[in-house]
Amino acid sequence: MPEPARARPQPTPETQHFWDGTRNGELRLQRCDACAHVYFPPRPFCPACASRSVSVFAASGNAILDSFVIHHRPVPGFTPPYAIAVVKLAEGPRMMTNIIDCPQTPEALVLDIPLKVAFHKMDDEITLPLFRTAQA
Amino acid sequence: MSQIQLHADAALNAMEDAGLKPSDIDGVATAVETPQQIAHYLGITPAWVDGTSVGGCSFMIHVRHAAAAISAGLCKTVLITHGESGRSRVGNPPRSVPPSSLAGQFEQPFGPMGPPSLFPIPVLRYMKTYGVTHEQIAMVSVVQREWAARNPRATFRDPIAAEDVLNSRMIAYPFRLLQCCLVTDGGGALILASAERAADFPHKPVYILGTGESVETPMVSQMEDFTSSRAFRVAGATAFRAAGITHGDVDHVMIYDAFAHLPLYGLEDLGFVPRGEAGRFIADRNTAPGGRLPVNTNGGGLSYMHSGMYGMYALQESVRQMRGIAPAQIPDAKISVCHGVGGMFAASGTIIFGNQRL
Repeated sequence: MPEPARARPQPTPETQHFWDGTRNGELRLQRCDACAHVYFPPRPFCPACASRSVSVFAASGNAILDSFVIHHRPVPGFTPPYAIAVVKLAEGPRMMTNIIDCPQTPEALVLDIPLKVAFHKMDDEITLPLFRTAQA
Repeated sequence: MSQIQLHADAALNAMEDAGLKPSDIDGVATAVETPQQIAHYLGITPAWVDGTSVGGCSFMIHVRHAAAAISAGLCKTVLITHGESGRSRVGNPPRSVPPSSLAGQFEQPFGPMGPPSLFPIPVLRYMKTYGVTHEQIAMVSVVQREWAARNPRATFRDPIAAEDVLNSRMIAYPFRLLQCCLVTDGGGALILASAERAADFPHKPVYILGTGESVETPMVSQMEDFTSSRAFRVAGATAFRAAGITHGDVDHVMIYDAFAHLPLYGLEDLGFVPRGEAGRFIADRNTAPGGRLPVNTNGGGLSYMHSGMYGMYALQESVRQMRGIAPAQIPDAKISVCHGVGGMFAASGTIIFGNQRL
């Protein structure tokens, strides 16, 4: 039997560009052509001004650690304790992720430390955007 | 007892309390279970229904909607029910996050498993922003256990100290077992009618002075501000404005406490204390028995009970306090603010009750 895996996202037409991006090593965000608002998660219109004219662009992959929990209970695909983190991207939006190559401890996971995106392949279709500390 | 029977058991108790039969009810509101399930099971033919299901504060929002519907003449007598086999899971449909939903794509792959792993995510940011300590937050659980000790129905009644909280089993750092709600079965029901009609009921009615509601996001990671809930701020301010009262008028407060940070956010976002000061306010025993602002006097979700959606039980405690029959009755309490959350800061409802018509 295969090891139990973490929950697998199922892309929709509105989010496909994001998952195409991570598969190709890009963290893609969207920017409104009308009001310049940068937003996440994906949708084909601007949640600030409702314009349907929006553009996809590759984000820098730079972020800071905004907040997190260190989960101590078993979840398929994870070895507790592990951190469930929210990072604030340099471009503004926040996203949930995991912090890799770093002890999963309050001492190592300090709020506001700089992070860099790291792409984690789940299968041929899905690559998850994870983050590691910028020094690592 | 199955989940739907918990609804029905509570509904029968509420109808008996009000001296009503199913044929007297013309409005039905409930969450998770649908109004058609409840109406049919109880033999009610409604002319108005509300199936708002936005999590644990759905029942606050039902109260708000029912009051508006009665005022508008859409119906006369509304039954609001809740039942939940949170612990036994008898007749309780499983909750799941569809993998194509935004939460399924952009939160679930990173390892959350239900509210204990998601709801505390903003806490470390809140603590860093305002310099709030683990010891201060631990006092939320300590103080509510003191209230639970006065409630014979409470699940946990033995006193605890801050060090017990801080030494309890880690669930999702920074929160430990005693900072997470317990999980029970439960149910509750309310009946709403015009003040004129309620005057004929056999027991003392309580009055709705003001109400508010809002929603923010189904994904905790997408809250606008990890140190404050927008839905709390909108719902609370709307209710206070509608009631025409000030914070100094409030004798009793219920703040839905699925986890220990919620009373902190609630006290601040409803405007009882300035931002960042709720931890000290609670640690200084202002919300404890004998304090100047009693909060969560039934022991709350942390010590009384919590079936998964707690809002109904908070409403019931406010009703008991306004009727003067609560186990930990606040002497001369005239105004109670009951504030709920749904999902992980996803939704909010606030009801302000009075023991007399204003």
